[in-house]
Amino acid sequence: MMPVFTEHFGNASSIHWFGQQAKTMIDDARSKVAKLINAETSEIVFLSGGTEADNLAIRGIAESQKSRGKHIITSQIEHHAVMHTCKDLEKQGYEVTWIPVSRDGLVDPGNIQRALRPDSILISIMHANNEIGTIQPIEEIGAIAEAADVYFHSDGVQSTGKIPVDVRRLKVDMYSISGHKIHGPKGAGALFIRKGTILKPLMTGGGHERNRRSGTENVAGIVGLGEAARLARLGLSTEMPRVEALRNRLEAGLKARIEMIHVNGEDAPRLPNTSNIMVDFAEGEGLVISLDLKGVAVSTGSACSSGSLEPSHVLTAIGKTPDEAHGSLRLSLSALTTEEDIDYVIHVLPGIVERLRELSPYYKKV
Amino acid sequence: MIAVAMSGGVDSSTAAVLLKEAGEEIVGLSMQLWNQRRVLQGEDEDLKRAGRCCSLDDIWDARRVASHLGMPFYVLNLENEFESTVVSPFVASYLRGETPSPCILCNNDVKFHHLVDKAAGIGADKVATGHYARVRHDESLGRWLLLRGKDRGKDQSYFLFGLTQNQLSKTVFPLGELSKPEVREIARRAGLPTYDKAESQEICFVQGRSYADFVEKYAGTGSEKPGDIVTKEGEVVGSHTGIHKFTVGQRKGHVATGRPQYVVKIEPFENRIVIGNDPELHERRFTIRDSNWIAIENVTEPIRCDVQIRNRFDPQPASVSRSEDGKIVVEFDKPQRAITPGQAAVLYWDDVVVGGGWIERIAVRPERPSVKTL
Ligand SMILES: Cc1ncc(COP(=O)(O)O)c(C=O)c1O
Repeated sequence: MMPVFTEHFGNASSIHWFGQQAKTMIDDARSKVAKLINAETSEIVFLSGGTEADNLAIRGIAESQKSRGKHIITSQIEHHAVMHTCKDLEKQGYEVTWIPVSRDGLVDPGNIQRALRPDSILISIMHANNEIGTIQPIEEIGAIAEAADVYFHSDGVQSTGKIPVDVRRLKVDMYSISGHKIHGPKGAGALFIRKGTILKPLMTGGGHERNRRSGTENVAGIVGLGEAARLARLGLSTEMPRVEALRNRLEAGLKARIEMIHVNGEDAPRLPNTSNIMVDFAEGEGLVISLDLKGVAVSTGSACSSGSLEPSHVLTAIGKTPDEAHGSLRLSLSALTTEEDIDYVIHVLPGIVERLRELSPYYKKV
Repeated sequence: MIAVAMSGGVDSSTAAVLLKEAGEEIVGLSMQLWNQRRVLQGEDEDLKRAGRCCSLDDIWDARRVASHLGMPFYVLNLENEFESTVVSPFVASYLRGETPSPCILCNNDVKFHHLVDKAAGIGADKVATGHYARVRHDESLGRWLLLRGKDRGKDQSYFLFGLTQNQLSKTVFPLGELSKPEVREIARRAGLPTYDKAESQEICFVQGRSYADFVEKYAGTGSEKPGDIVTKEGEVVGSHTGIHKFTVGQRKGHVATGRPQYVVKIEPFENRIVIGNDPELHERRFTIRDSNWIAIENVTEPIRCDVQIRNRFDPQPASVSRSEDGKIVVEFDKPQRAITPGQAAVLYWDDVVVGGGWIERIAVRPERPSVKTL
């Protein structure tokens, strides 16, 4: 990324040599992102992040297909970028079916099949959930969508780079990617749009990104995203198994040392790096702050909703009460996490939990 | 570890500076108390208005200060607690014909109540705020005392009369011995990004609107009940569009008699505003409810003290006793102007806060209980 700030100042739309150089760097990044998910280079559109990718996919199809129908199918555990977009479309006269999930946080493809109607135009189901890490049966849903001739979008922000993704095998028409979830820069993302997919752009303007996303490209962000994609692909077979082992060590260690804790989504296929732990009788905000003061960064719910009083819609959807949801911790690991990091958490968390439980009016009664 | 309640203003920021300079381990906590969405749905103008203690701007300022001081900082969302313990009672109080004092409720029932708990949860054994007041432990009494801030002009002990012994034992007021100019100087010297920030004056959640306006918005339709304006003798001399628009002592331009007239009483059940001359505003006796005692355990025997009935008023000598039905009765030596239901009455022995309560009912008959002088 750095050379883009210090040497290559060109605008990728220009004909001159500076611009050509920028254009080459973007296309180089495009091919790296494409390779990570087995897409063709021309099927990748760069934009500002996962949120915009989700918006472009959902609104773009909703607009382009509205003469065919106005019915959209999505799940109850989508990221806010999908959820609020669908809610907004509901206000605009679209009908949305919100598919529930099992207690493990999984969508049953049968429910999608049953929700299909002649006026269905889009199915949007995330690949892996950002709070509990459960991996949805995207391939089966893809087959259903294909048979029904309905567009299929999947929010792949969390899964990209953590599990192998092959958009051909998954049969998705659109797939969202965010830079900062794969150690790339924030404010850069991509949407895979299968060849032949017709969607109306969100931005009107100079027709950049083959008329799909107008606006001068964020060259530095895109180059960073490309490099992150390249490294992520290499790490899939080397780093992720190690991360998964660390995650399992963390969960086993905490369960051995703290009573009354549960791993949400434990029995479902999960991302290797995500752990969502519900601590009974310990208030979530206190847990997060106490851990942060010890140098451990975790969250309750999704990063976007911290500080909000609404219990996580994901945890509510898997049957947790608001109190249980507030007492749930999201621990995310990465290729940079070490065994010492894990052992440190296992070492400090029990004391914190004990202190908070001492203050809980309910704990003592148990 | 000490948790510093940071509002984003100069005072709490300077409190953090002083603790840090004293070598304390500190963590900053800001409280998000109010979201204007809760009453002003759909009014973009208001949503956008930058404002006082409940606004994001202040939390951002607090965060900038914390980052400047290199201290950990967190925002606690206490909107629900604030609405149920401050905003709703504030509105209900106006609709009952009182003039409430929400900042005191906020201190007692939101700030200190939740902060002390939250702080304990994250391993902080004490809580510090930027109030101008002092806390001291008195060995002979075996009690924690609350004292006025040394800068009498800035003193905020009036707002803190509700603190319990447990809360006081865990509270630090780093500004208690300082004056406002000294505080600004410390803030400037420490390079705080907010050292010259304006002070908040308004009730934070009302922000720029009139209280009456806010009350109507929050309470919804039906809160504007028209009624009569009467004299003490019951003669109807005018009409009003809601008792929440009045406060005791307020001048009411009815000059039929040629003399200025004032609101002397608000009668919620009759939905009436009683007006009269200035002398009629002066009363000696009233009762208080929901009292809290700091320097004493309780009022059993009558006591002598100085009683302050509004922020910035001078305290006046009075006797305080418990009536036969258990009510706390305050009786001033001399009649006082505009004793207002809903405001706090705080009892002092010089700088020491004896305790206090909420002004409830103004008794018209002056009858003297026997009083023992301390
Ligand atoms: C599943 C999911 N979708 C979308 C997003 C939004 O991506 P961005 O922050 O890049 O807009 C995120 C995370 O932020 C996410 O976890």
